[in-house]
Amino acid sequence: MSAAAALGEDLATYNFAYLDEQTKRMIRRAILKAIAIPGYQVPFASREMPMPYGWGTGGVQVTASIIGPQDVLKVIDQGADDTTNAVSIRAFFQKVASVAVTTKTREATIIQTRHRIPEEKLQAGQVLVYQVPIPEPLRFLEPRETETRKMHALEEYGLMHVKLYEDIARHGHIATTYAYPVLVAGRYVMDPSPTPKFDNPKMDMSDALQLFGAGREKRIYAIPPHTRVVSLDFEDHPFEIQTFDEPCALCGAEGVYLDEVILDDRGGRMFVCSDTDHCEDRRAAGHRGRLSPDEAYAGHGQVQEDTGR
Amino acid sequence: MSDARLSTLAVSGGFSDPVFEAQAVFRALMDVTARPGTVHTLPAGVAPPAPLGQGPGAVALALCDPDTPVWLDRDIDSESVRAWLSFQCGAPLAQGPERSAFAFVKGETMPDMADFASGTQEYPDRSTTLVVEVEALDGGAALRLEGPGIDGQRRIAPRGLPATFMTQRAANRALFPRGVDVVLVAGLCMMALPRSTVVSHVNEPEAG
Amino acid sequence: MYVAVKGGEAAIANAHKMLADRRRGDRSLPSITVEQIVEQLALAVDRVMAEASLYAPDLAALAVKQARGDMIEAIFLLRAYRTTLPRFGASQPVETGEMIAERRVSATYKDLPGGQVLGPTFDYTHRLLDPALAGDEAVETAPARDSEGEPLTRVADILAQEDLIERAFTGDSAEMPREPSGDLTREPMEFPMARDLRLQALARGDEGFLLALGYSTQRGYGRTHPFAGEIRIGEVEVEMDVPELGFAVSLGRIRVTECQMVNQFAGSAKLPPQFTRGYGLVFGQSERKAMAMALVDRSLRAGELGEDRVAPAQDEEFVISHADNVQATGFVEHLKLPHYVDFQAELDLVRRMRAEFEVRQSRDHDTQEAAE
Repeated sequence: MSAAAALGEDLATYNFAYLDEQTKRMIRRAILKAIAIPGYQVPFASREMPMPYGWGTGGVQVTASIIGPQDVLKVIDQGADDTTNAVSIRAFFQKVASVAVTTKTREATIIQTRHRIPEEKLQAGQVLVYQVPIPEPLRFLEPRETETRKMHALEEYGLMHVKLYEDIARHGHIATTYAYPVLVAGRYVMDPSPTPKFDNPKMDMSDALQLFGAGREKRIYAIPPHTRVVSLDFEDHPFEIQTFDEPCALCGAEGVYLDEVILDDRGGRMFVCSDTDHCEDRRAAGHRGRLSPDEAYAGHGQVQEDTGR
Repeated sequence: MSDARLSTLAVSGGFSDPVFEAQAVFRALMDVTARPGTVHTLPAGVAPPAPLGQGPGAVALALCDPDTPVWLDRDIDSESVRAWLSFQCGAPLAQGPERSAFAFVKGETMPDMADFASGTQEYPDRSTTLVVEVEALDGGAALRLEGPGIDGQRRIAPRGLPATFMTQRAANRALFPRGVDVVLVAGLCMMALPRSTVVSHVNEPEAG
Repeated sequence: MYVAVKGGEAAIANAHKMLADRRRGDRSLPSITVEQIVEQLALAVDRVMAEASLYAPDLAALAVKQARGDMIEAIFLLRAYRTTLPRFGASQPVETGEMIAERRVSATYKDLPGGQVLGPTFDYTHRLLDPALAGDEAVETAPARDSEGEPLTRVADILAQEDLIERAFTGDSAEMPREPSGDLTREPMEFPMARDLRLQALARGDEGFLLALGYSTQRGYGRTHPFAGEIRIGEVEVEMDVPELGFAVSLGRIRVTECQMVNQFAGSAKLPPQFTRGYGLVFGQSERKAMAMALVDRSLRAGELGEDRVAPAQDEEFVISHADNVQATGFVEHLKLPHYVDFQAELDLVRRMRAEFEVRQSRDHDTQEAAE
């Protein structure tokens, strides 16, 4: 056999779901501790994954450690199943775990997400896996892990309230619009990952288990189902979510998170559902928006495709 | 017991399909930990040597390895159990209960929870998971569970826990976020009481 | 099960095809072989092995080829492969005192046993582009040294004989028992970090980052008064204990570069004045990296040696958290992933604050006009 062929032979074997069994056990132990201590960041020995750090390596390791042949996986990025990184991660699991995949929120047993929580209410038995870039909610106030760990140990969260209050003093608003900090089960302040704060209420008392994986920062944390998740606020400045002035231009949905799509260079724009599955479902059920039916959507699809080039 | 016999015992009774069986056992554990008080039945197939039960044996195979010191209570310890754990998982024996990542005990004779590792305030995850073999997960005194993972309340009635269990449990809860996490196993049925769960007697006033 | 196939999948497939096309380049030229890269771009291969923490020249060369010469991409490829390899155990510490050195220089002594050995160095080459290399001219075989193959005394050991330098950690004495060294690719990272883990992080850290930090210490940001006690490059034996056999067996030889810096230390009430050490060891031939590593290692010992920590190179959490170029690349480049959901949230807030600002402005303007 030639040297090159021998190289190829050596490289060809990967375990089910890519990770070796010892790594899975290590991550599984971390997940169990994370569930037992809601909102606490469990350090884990994050592995080098075959995709870049910051692109979902934490979420991928969590998913790879929990997934089995019975599972049905959905992967979204920005709420959409067809964004390139979601496509890439989904393809990875199809390749290394040959697992069934779906874009339908209600069919999925595991949903891996970046930046959104699906609009449809999640069910018992579903697991939502978040990709987390910076798991430490106090990191932008205090860059040192040695310090922030102490703050969590002592339940010392004054600094966070001071920061939010300074926002109000300066801008008249809390200037945090995504990765908005929450208090989990009355004990740990937690970063919900860079989801818009619009999604924060969905974390509270969810029927689904929520797992968070930060690969580069080597942390796993969790919110069990039916757990109190409160967005930090003040009596005179209660937590509020973003509202949109118009419904989805395609399906007419209100009370959902919308993407702003630029249509031309003369200020033309439309607002459409960020959750593509939710939008498609509604249109299939006959709902229509201002720019439906399908000509407008074709334009939207084009925008998506171009981002992948 | 001869060496030959010991090694036959040690090398048999493991997972026949380690990748998928470990995944199934873990998913069951994840589910019961996320929903304290609910019961999952583990797939049969693991056959550890006595006195280690099938359920605890499956948990050990799914989660223990050279990185997890294991502690065996007197009633579960035996040469063949040690050999089996060593061969199947490569798990070292912990120097004492306070050094263990996993501890396998029998309900009625279990040591006090306070004897095990409860982690530190900075790293509360560095604590023992206590796998307790009980007679049954029902038929005992009714207990009420509240806390994360429970929609309102849940009732359980495991049989075969020590009389002091509730006192130990209250002391463990008071340590939060430190504390040990408990998995109750009867045969192949399993239930978890993570440290976050507040356990009270049904006839006691409800927890605030 | 039905899977919606949209633009993303096709776009990714096309991008991969285009990448493969550009990688191959002009088809009228022969494809470069892995063997050629191993032999002729050996220092690129060395850097990939060092920062990927895997000594495998063939695989590193393949990674360089696959990455089209992008070093960090090649390091990433090799690391992602390394992570899937099973662990059989840890080797004995390599004995660099027994090294068959191809190069050994010391800046602290004019001459020493074994002599100064320049070896295959770029030092003293005049950096003039060589037109001969554009072709394929025959190259003479280098002459062998008379004393080649003999181990050379380490400079640090010479100083240690006089007790003028702090003791090296040998791990063989009763007061310093040998403990298994940690592995930050298998354990969660925690600060403060033990020196073994810190050295591992530096050894696989980015050459450019360590170079800049080492340089900063020379310019006064946490000065350590370094002397290059010794730099040596050569092959060492890797041995592993096999409990079943009761002795260590050789796994083979690897080429490494070692740098021992001799640094100043004034001593304290408890300790006599002694030189201190900064240590660098990397796979392959790279004295730039080994020297930078030794400078940074010494700087990071500030706390242990009772020095004020005032400079970036002395800040363990800062240095170790940012030394890894695969992590850094991933996170910097992840900014090109879509963030439009978060941006929408920010856009909305800025628009609202802007509207409120304009209302305030016009109100102030009206009040002013009314007053005038």
